[in-house]
Amino acid sequence: MGPFVPDPISNELNLVIALILGVAFGFVLEQAGFSSSRRLAGLFYGYDFTVLRVFFSAAVTAMGGIMLLSYFGLLDMGAIYINPLWLWPAIVGGAIMGVGFILGGYCPGTSICAASIGKIDALFFVGGIFLGVFTFAEMYSSWHAFYESSALGPIRVYDSLGLSAGWFAFVLIAVALIAFAVTSMIEKRVSPFAPSREFHIRRHVIVAAATVLAGAFLIALPNRKERVMTEVSTPKHLAHCETKYMTADELAFRLVDQEPNIQIIDVRGPEAFAQFALPGAVNIKIENLFGKEWNHLLGQRHVKKVLVADNQDNAIEAYHVLDEIGYRNLAVLEGGLLGFRQQILSDAPSDLAMNSTDEVVQEFRQEARGTIETMIKEQKDKPKVEAKKPKKVAGGC
Amino acid sequence: MHQITTKYMNPYLAGFLLGLVLLMSIFITGRGLGASGAIKSSVVTIVNGIAPEHAANSDYYGPYVEEGKESPMKSWLVFEMVGVILGAFLSGLISDRLGFVSERGPRIQNSTRWIFAVIGGALFGIGAQFARGCTSGAALSGMAVLSTAGFVTMLAIFGTGYLVAYFFRRLWI
Repeated sequence: MGPFVPDPISNELNLVIALILGVAFGFVLEQAGFSSSRRLAGLFYGYDFTVLRVFFSAAVTAMGGIMLLSYFGLLDMGAIYINPLWLWPAIVGGAIMGVGFILGGYCPGTSICAASIGKIDALFFVGGIFLGVFTFAEMYSSWHAFYESSALGPIRVYDSLGLSAGWFAFVLIAVALIAFAVTSMIEKRVSPFAPSREFHIRRHVIVAAATVLAGAFLIALPNRKERVMTEVSTPKHLAHCETKYMTADELAFRLVDQEPNIQIIDVRGPEAFAQFALPGAVNIKIENLFGKEWNHLLGQRHVKKVLVADNQDNAIEAYHVLDEIGYRNLAVLEGGLLGFRQQILSDAPSDLAMNSTDEVVQEFRQEARGTIETMIKEQKDKPKVEAKKPKKVAGGC
Repeated sequence: MHQITTKYMNPYLAGFLLGLVLLMSIFITGRGLGASGAIKSSVVTIVNGIAPEHAANSDYYGPYVEEGKESPMKSWLVFEMVGVILGAFLSGLISDRLGFVSERGPRIQNSTRWIFAVIGGALFGIGAQFARGCTSGAALSGMAVLSTAGFVTMLAIFGTGYLVAYFFRRLWI
């Protein structure tokens, strides 16, 4: 599951990837015509809307791709960089950049691109950026307070607008397509050399229609968590997918034996877990099984993950969620924790009829009870296994 | 009105490819593309080279030049920008667009164009610090991950651009 930084891709290798991505970025920008300031400025005067076309096509493509990757469980949205918002600094900074765009005809990325192919005006612009950053830094103390003001954190635009992510994506796609059509008409009226005069109309309409369909698909795309949770609770799914169980006796035996290839996953709430937990158990609520943070435990194929809850049913739900995500080597504790406590950890002789095999079982349970109770006591002093909080990747400029 | 003669890629296709590059970046590394950050690293390095004490005492440079910290040039965006220079050069080479020229509107001289390019660059340098990123790092990458910051910054940049475009039309048309 992506992203692959910092694990398994090291920070050094990440720099090599940055270089490769940069080559692709620069190549595409230049091919798109972003190395031409007249072309970039055309956006604001109506004679060339290339910037709008490239910019929105790119944003929509990346956005749709991210939503799909996340839906199929290939990308952990909790681990990628979401630009945090400082509202007023973003507005003022954006406005300053807007004026800079008109005066200078470039933005930083495009100016470096243009300077690379020898555009002299771009070299002056790049020099200007150095001056600007230097000025900002030297005067930092005088606008430090404003710089840090109205911090709203990494909020998402669809939450800000009260839409679902899918609906927002669809609206964005629709707005982009309408803007493409309208600006092409404006461009043709303003300039005899408008790039849109060379567009192959029919092909463009077909691609646009396909994009609208893809956008409609995004609306229907539920959040992956919701989809998996609903799917595993349907009777059809339960009938289709067999659940593997582990009896209380087997678990007790493996615990007493201190078998290393076993990991108890307790899916109850933290309060219940704090009161009573089996030795070595890790507390993960079902909602938290989806991200990368428990991957290091759940992903070990040679380790049997035994799911426990008070009763068997909640553990079965967790079993199917994990199975659906793609984790293997799972089992549900038969009878749940309540059953385990009754059979193994209680004084009352269980209701087994006393024949010779049952006596052996009874004896074993007596023994196991002592050992496991000591293990539970000892464990209280041991450090807890923590979720591997995905180190948030740095981002932005 | 002068024709821009060189043949460029279809902008929608270019946008789609750019989107894929951005998607790969987010999928592999968890972060989007950027540009102005590389120049920030360079400025910090230059200031630290010329006046290390000043840099260490500054609230802004300080965190980047603390003892034991790696050079700010060993950053993701700097490497990415080196790649951009290579990639753009390669593209210019293939499409035969290399050459020392200046682009400007028909009614101004090169010198005017250069002065305004420096001013525009400086404004971008300042604005990108406030907004924590420029058109690439804040607006484009921010929009791709559906962050509110990305959309606010994008609207502020292009909205202001349209508001003031009329007053500076002599520069371009």
